[in-house]
Amino acid sequence: MRRFLLAVAAPVLAIVFSVALTSVILVISGHPPLEVFRTMVDYGFKPRSQVLTLNLATTYYLSALAVAIGFRMNLFNIGVDGQYRLAAMIAAAFAGSVVLPAPFGQIVTIAIAMVVGAMWAGIAGLLKVTRGVSEVISTIMLNFIATGVVAYLLTPGRLAVSVQGSNNIGTKPIPASGQVPGISLIAGTTQQVYGLILLAVVMGLGYWFLLGRTRFGFDLRATGHSEPAAVASGVNVKRMVLVSMLLSGAVAGLVGMPQLLGASYTYSLDFPAGLGFTGIAIALLGRNNPVGIAFGALLWAFLDTSRQILDLGGVSKEIVTIMQGVIVLAVVIAYELVRRYGLAQQQREVGRRLAAEEPAAATTGAAA
Amino acid sequence: MVANHDIDLVVQRGTVHAIVGENGAGKSTLMNTLYGMHKPDEGQVLIDGEPVVMHSPSDAIARGVGMVHQHFMLADNLTVLENIILGQEPKKGRRIDFDAARTEINAIGRRYGLEVEPDELLEDLGVGDRQRVEILKVLYRGATTLILDEPTSVLVPQEVDDLFDALRELKGQGLTVIFISHKLDEVLSVADTITVIRAGTTVATVAPAEVTARQLAELMVGSELPSPETRESTVTDVPVLTVEHLSLAAPGGRLLLDDISFTIHQGEVLGIAGVEGNGQAELVETIMGMRTASGGAVQLGDTDVTPWSTRRRREAGMGYIPEDRTRHGLLLEAPLWENRMLGHQTVPPNAKGALIDRKGAKADTERIVHEYDVRTPSIDVTASALSGGNQQKLIVGREMSSNPRVLVAAHPTRGVDVGAQAAIWDLLKDARSKGLGVLLISADLDELIGLSDTLRVLLRGRLVASADPATVTPEQLGSAMTGVGGEAA
Amino acid sequence: MSATDLTTKTRAAAGKMSWLANRWIRLAVFGVGLLLVMSIVRLITGAGDLISSGTVGAAVGLAVPIGMAGLGGLWSERSGVVNIGLEGMMILGTWGAGWAGYQWGAWWGVVAAVAFGAVGGLVHAVATITFGVDQIVSGVAINILGLGVAQYLSAIAFTGKGGGGPTQSPEIPSMGTVTIPGFSSAMGTIENHHWFLVSDLAGVFKGITYQVSYLTIIAVLLLPLTYWVLWRTAFGLRLRSCGEAPHAAESLGVNVFKYKYIAVVTSGALAGFGGAFLAIVAAGIYREGQTGGRGYIGLAAMIFGNWRPGGLAAGALLFGYTDAMQLRSADAVHALLLLAAVLLALLAVTYGARRKVVSASVMAALAAVILAWFLATSDLPQQVTYMTPYITTLLVLSLASQRLRMPAADGLVYRRGEGG
Repeated sequence: MRRFLLAVAAPVLAIVFSVALTSVILVISGHPPLEVFRTMVDYGFKPRSQVLTLNLATTYYLSALAVAIGFRMNLFNIGVDGQYRLAAMIAAAFAGSVVLPAPFGQIVTIAIAMVVGAMWAGIAGLLKVTRGVSEVISTIMLNFIATGVVAYLLTPGRLAVSVQGSNNIGTKPIPASGQVPGISLIAGTTQQVYGLILLAVVMGLGYWFLLGRTRFGFDLRATGHSEPAAVASGVNVKRMVLVSMLLSGAVAGLVGMPQLLGASYTYSLDFPAGLGFTGIAIALLGRNNPVGIAFGALLWAFLDTSRQILDLGGVSKEIVTIMQGVIVLAVVIAYELVRRYGLAQQQREVGRRLAAEEPAAATTGAAA
Repeated sequence: MVANHDIDLVVQRGTVHAIVGENGAGKSTLMNTLYGMHKPDEGQVLIDGEPVVMHSPSDAIARGVGMVHQHFMLADNLTVLENIILGQEPKKGRRIDFDAARTEINAIGRRYGLEVEPDELLEDLGVGDRQRVEILKVLYRGATTLILDEPTSVLVPQEVDDLFDALRELKGQGLTVIFISHKLDEVLSVADTITVIRAGTTVATVAPAEVTARQLAELMVGSELPSPETRESTVTDVPVLTVEHLSLAAPGGRLLLDDISFTIHQGEVLGIAGVEGNGQAELVETIMGMRTASGGAVQLGDTDVTPWSTRRRREAGMGYIPEDRTRHGLLLEAPLWENRMLGHQTVPPNAKGALIDRKGAKADTERIVHEYDVRTPSIDVTASALSGGNQQKLIVGREMSSNPRVLVAAHPTRGVDVGAQAAIWDLLKDARSKGLGVLLISADLDELIGLSDTLRVLLRGRLVASADPATVTPEQLGSAMTGVGGEAA
Repeated sequence: MSATDLTTKTRAAAGKMSWLANRWIRLAVFGVGLLLVMSIVRLITGAGDLISSGTVGAAVGLAVPIGMAGLGGLWSERSGVVNIGLEGMMILGTWGAGWAGYQWGAWWGVVAAVAFGAVGGLVHAVATITFGVDQIVSGVAINILGLGVAQYLSAIAFTGKGGGGPTQSPEIPSMGTVTIPGFSSAMGTIENHHWFLVSDLAGVFKGITYQVSYLTIIAVLLLPLTYWVLWRTAFGLRLRSCGEAPHAAESLGVNVFKYKYIAVVTSGALAGFGGAFLAIVAAGIYREGQTGGRGYIGLAAMIFGNWRPGGLAAGALLFGYTDAMQLRSADAVHALLLLAAVLLALLAVTYGARRKVVSASVMAALAAVILAWFLATSDLPQQVTYMTPYITTLLVLSLASQRLRMPAADGLVYRRGEGG
């Protein structure tokens, strides 16, 4: 119970701190903070906004899971961004040009995305394992290279066609048989929730099971805790690095799927970018815990949805980005403080509980 | 936690004053207090009769107190000169006056017989030279009182002699040396006064002429000494671990292990003596499959396990107590029951197929905690909350629980309290009598001689000598370890 | 023991005498050789822009922000703090430059940019040094925060101000440029003769002396200044010791917290300065997204340069050069393939001479592939050029990562009194 309180204390403190700081900024720039927040909450809980929030959260959740897989073994996959963009683009090009009966079309599309994401992340894994290149730098480079590859492939004559009624270009639209229908989850609006929200739930469960309940997960977490100890226990760390990069990349490949198969049906120039970095923030917020990440994703998505109302009231909606940034920074500091407090507390407690039997123990110890 | 309480210590100028105590008795804490790295909660420190308050090492340095740490405080990627002048750089205008520094260092070196090459990169130096740099650092700052924390633990006997010569030279020039050690013969040979610390408090101050090593030891421990000696031999003629012509090459091609061969039988403890850094860590890691041998073979029973992974070797019955338990043996921030799984995460009671068996692991952890007397309030606390001795008992317990055929034990009692040490010795002896083969690596010669059935000496990656633990003395073993004695017995 | 002592001593002594001279000679030989290769390739392909004063000028201009971000990374990492928040600090810098620049002139813009970047550095310092947060995590958070702050402040400060809006500032007055009178134009004349090698050299000289921005000059001077401060002064020795062995430094009375703070704040200031260059010199305006990941690229340039100012400058120039090529001419971009093939072939030969068979064959194979590509095509998609520096960085890292040496305590959390 106390552990649970400690775990929840950090994010709550961080959010409170962030709201307070944001309020100060709002006051300085001449807006009444209470009113601003009330407007946001009112708007954010409208049925239509709820659908938007859930849809955004689905995408964020997948991205954060991809990042978290790496984080759990001290791998920083900064490259989720490039991985999902490349994966979504190639999967979109496939789904737009090859028609398979449902549900095979959807399954193959998703599988392609996962494979592409995994391969792209695998490059970083391979470089780390064989050449000792830090994955932080290689995935950053691979993000830029992915941008180049996507730009190269997404030109008319290669994989792109012009989008009707605009000067945008994108892959061929995915026919209805290849799309994933939405779910009417929220009453009071015709808007539908992405069907692939279920995929996110399944991935969350899979993540929890894989890490917490399997030998593979134990090896992965052990490597994250202490690489030398994992090696001594018989973990093949190089193999683990490669496998977890591949897994992380495969999940990253899914990030674009809800949007692609549930809303845009094409990968065009305005396909959302930067979701990989949001994923990093949310994984940090949720402490790499599948439930924590879910809350983080919902919070982040709620803020992103509800900020749309702000411009109308004359408040710059970027205030929310500041809020998000402060939450992340505050939460990592809070987690660190709580972690240290927890460890010290535990050491004290062990000392205190053993103190009673200590004198006796000391005598027996010496006499033995 | 109170690491020190009621310490009374008077050190005379121009003497070598030794402070002895068990591992964990509080010697290092005391010295860190004298050096301003910790603040005392009570009491005071006086220098030349004047009370001083030292908030930081700078204050200590300003008072003429300098410290040579047990673990060298040196930066590998800086030069000797940079390491020495750091924090007190001679300047010409705004830049460092490298020429003046070089001259100064050479002058001090000549004066005390501690010569070094100032422009060499530190990482190219050997252990003895590094220690010289450490002492020079202190002298360069004009220290008149030097604190040396376990200075001989990493040195070979020749280097120890050189060090003691230098200390006598320093003393002769009027400097004061505080010498911390738990090696009693060294203390008796170099110190003018000896203070004994036990459980964080001073228990006696004596002159070396008045005491024997045995008396000192009993003062340190506070009771009769536990003895590691095993009585009757349990050695059989069934080999459990055979190492044949094993060698290991560093990336540059230099041999870290060179043609190592030995056999351990059921019920036999084979001890490997050697000064640290002569290939012990490499030998252990190669046998466990954490490094790939460049030649030779390792056999478990009559199976060749040379191409096997670490995991497969462990599953086949090779237990492992690593040298550095906090780095290699434990996940400090994981609960005890997860630490019980570590190294055995693929076998019952920790695993069922590809899944882990949380219930089984937890139940078995409770059993280990009980049977091996691991003092902890619960198996859900993290490993970091336990004392070193209890951590080690957990490790020993988990390795024994898989019924290994052979146990590779590197420094199994390093840094643990006396009670835990005795308990671990008993466990090893029991397991041996039940037919376990043990490869024992230790820097504690008494432990080696007491526990082993056979002794081999490792020097620069080669097995250079063997000895019979029934007849060999620590002195003979010591000289074989440095390559001067040849056959020790 | 004594034998090894002797050899190292002689080596050190001999090294001291000829080392400096050797290094400069080697560098000069390398420079001339590179120029020669480039001239030959220019002659073969007829792609004049491969090495012209325009390309050189553009390359230097593009290299400056990358180099400044990299220099920021160098300061921070030499003190043991990894800083991937450079991007966010740079964004703060561009905004500061726009905000102060349009109101009070370009130089105030520079001051504000440096100050804003330094504030970003301070946040990173508080999180990582005081609170011991993972350095990469904190860096990522700062990148998010920097972007948000700049966007929010823009909406407040620039909306409705002549030409400004939520995503850009009003125009910043120009700060002018420097041209060496006579010399630059003389070099220009020689360049226009298109003489082999001579004109190319003249082109380089013109490129670095014609209409050079003040900020470029400051940036170039900051490199040797950094070297001098970090490797020649007591301050620098102490700062580097915090990145190599903080507990050793602590035991000698060095205030590790102080030096780490100074280094990380300086790091932010340098990134901010890079941002100032982007806003004031390169664009004349603050624009959202202006940094385009240059903070990250700067970090790559620093690693490429093995945590040394000279190597970092070379890395930044490589990025700047390929960027410049891509902006200037499609012909030259295609010619770049031949240049790469020739350079790789030369590298293969050097590896071969050192009997590094694997590396040599990899290089030779790459050279052959690129040569075939050059011969089989007549132009190169612009996106491929865009990717070149990143691919090069990956290649360099994977080939040289064993020889790179980062500060020993880089990225580790330091807490007082926990050493030994």
